Amino acid sequence: MSKIKIFSKGILKENAVFVMLLGLCPVLGTTTSAINGLGMGVATLFVLLLSNITISLIKNIVPDMVRIPVFIVVIASLVTVLQLLMQAYTPGLYATLGLFIPLIVVNCMILGRAEAFASKNSLVDSILDALGMGLGFTLALTILGAVREVLGSGSVFDFKFMDGDGMLVFVLAPGGFLGLGFIIAILNWIKRNKEAKAKLQAVEINTKKK
Amino acid sequence: MDIFLIVISAIFVNNIVLAKFLGVCPFMGVSTKLETSFGMTGAVTFVMVIATTVTFLIQNYILVPFGIEFMQTIIFILVIASLVQLVEIVLKKVSPALYQALGIFLPLITTNCAVLGVAILAVGPADFSLIEAVVYAAANAVGFGLALATFAGLREHMELANIPKGMAGIPIAFVTAGLLALAFMGFAGIA
Repeated sequence: MSKIKIFSKGILKENAVFVMLLGLCPVLGTTTSAINGLGMGVATLFVLLLSNITISLIKNIVPDMVRIPVFIVVIASLVTVLQLLMQAYTPGLYATLGLFIPLIVVNCMILGRAEAFASKNSLVDSILDALGMGLGFTLALTILGAVREVLGSGSVFDFKFMDGDGMLVFVLAPGGFLGLGFIIAILNWIKRNKEAKAKLQAVEINTKKK
Repeated sequence: MDIFLIVISAIFVNNIVLAKFLGVCPFMGVSTKLETSFGMTGAVTFVMVIATTVTFLIQNYILVPFGIEFMQTIIFILVIASLVQLVEIVLKKVSPALYQALGIFLPLITTNCAVLGVAILAVGPADFSLIEAVVYAAANAVGFGLALATFAGLREHMELANIPKGMAGIPIAFVTAGLLALAFMGFAGIA
């Protein structure tokens, strides 16, 4: 696989949220606004990048039998580092995201990348993979956060463009499920249209040949 | 705090899946059949109650006296991971029937954020006593089961429904979950 492909596959084709449905709890729980989604995405990207680097470096030392517990300890230590850093430098964001910061430990995307990619590939590839996957995750969270913020409070990134409150339900819990459901439906629709078009083109080329 | 209030609040008002967004992965993953959702609920209840009891004792008798609360995340996840292993081994030996029913769900629970989430919340600002913490964990497990069983029932019915092509599968499941969460918001006035 080429280097560019390793990086770009996580952003769209294998997007952790929209396609693989991994790590859904923070996706739904923290995206009440675009800025919260972005903050959570960057926090996850930080842990994912460092965990992929660490695990790629120690992959030859760790015995196969105990690799999962070792990975979990590595991730948990990195999350603790992140917790302390965020408490010190971004206390406001730390308070809003609350419980979901320690819960990065159990984000199945991070353990999934450690097990499926970093424990088998070189350092450079693991870094690229983490950046791609992390950016895809951040992008998904920011989009969902922006959609919910626009519909729910008539603003985006705290920039208000509408008077009044908007549909409050989108900021509350049900809006997370509804928003994500409709975004995935739209993406599926685009994908199907693209496939149908490709099929049509293939048929046209075939008929021209004849 | 009143035990009764903790139970009602955890099951209905602040439902762990539909209001707090914890444990959404298994909620989406194993809710296609009513039967599997019962198995998952059993395994979660088992692990959640034991894990919260143990982590509550560790927090109050080890971490706080020694002033190392920042180790909370690492210690808790290790406790949960080893507990899951322990429960698996004990169940296999003591009750093979129960192991048959819950076995395949147990490894999945380590990365179920509901278990870690409840363990952290139980030692959080609510300031529970040990009994209250255990009741809180059990009530949250019941809330998880209630949401999962309701959702699985809905999805079983949905298999027969005529759904627009683009919405079929995952999108309609999310929309249904959203409507279910909307219904649970009706309980908000109780507490």
